[in-house]
Amino acid sequence: MDASMLDGNAVAGLLQEVFAVEMTTAIGTCSSCGAAGAVGAMHLYRGAGIVLRCPHCDNTLVKIVRADTRLWIGFPGLRTLEIAV
Amino acid sequence: MAGTAVLGRLTWQVATVVDVVAETPRVKTIAFDVPGWRGHRAGQHVDVRLTAEDGYQAQRSYSIASAPDRSRVELTVVRIDDGEVSPYLADELQPGDQIELRGPVGGYFVWEPSQGGPLLLVAGGSGVAPLMAMIRVRVAAGSSTETRLLSSSRSWDDIIYRDELERLNGDGLTVVHTLTVSQPLGWTGYVRRVDVAMLAEVGPNPAERPRVYVCGPTPFVEAVAEALVQLGHDPRGIKTERFGPTGG
Repeated sequence: MDASMLDGNAVAGLLQEVFAVEMTTAIGTCSSCGAAGAVGAMHLYRGAGIVLRCPHCDNTLVKIVRADTRLWIGFPGLRTLEIAV
Repeated sequence: MAGTAVLGRLTWQVATVVDVVAETPRVKTIAFDVPGWRGHRAGQHVDVRLTAEDGYQAQRSYSIASAPDRSRVELTVVRIDDGEVSPYLADELQPGDQIELRGPVGGYFVWEPSQGGPLLLVAGGSGVAPLMAMIRVRVAAGSSTETRLLSSSRSWDDIIYRDELERLNGDGLTVVHTLTVSQPLGWTGYVRRVDVAMLAEVGPNPAERPRVYVCGPTPFVEAVAEALVQLGHDPRGIKTERFGPTGG
């Protein structure tokens, strides 16, 4: 276990800033193992950017990189993201 | 329902310090007045932003410790000695000072009295802050939801909200402390890290399908969540929130 690991709750503000909806309760489905779970429960790692991983199979679900006034978000491991609107 | 609606653009607001309370030697609760605050749910956070004179900005996320109360928002801050933000918040802020914050954010690690229980709250150190918001909301709503708080602290003097918890204990709320490093003379409570046996003794039976909230440093949350599942609790009923060891 990596003690510096956090969870998706830590990016609640950042995601709401971008999507203008509460995103930690959005349900992501992992394209690798098929597990579906809340963004708030995903495992989060910070480095040069932010990586969200599947808590079941460790697959990389979301990557976020911020530089000054721009933000890049990739969803390499999400089959779907179900958002309440 | 709150949390499912479109919230609109999240904007930074100026918050003014109205009160600073020392909880323990390393922990302070700072109360802010945030004009136009639209309320929050227990377990939600705010992002705090500090800006230096040269324009450098540092941002951190803090759980809200207070129940909704007009424009008042309370944050409980642990002073991390080599931290970038927490020493300023814990040591420098005085009533009248202003910072920027935005929120409330988050909707996953949230409890509302209408959700019912029984509730099992498990706190490691300052992880008690969002769980305290839940306890305060429960009291404010006059809820009789059976609630148990298992709180792990290093010592008696490190227990955050100690007096208030003592006062609230009873009336469907059971507060249990474990002191992992040192104990006062005559202490008869738990003296070890939270484990399966302790959770079995303190917690509701898994058959009661409690709503479980675990908050603390990552190793604490991992150990407790694993023990809860071992004990037979439904993983879907366990919500966790982790905070990091550094960067405060």
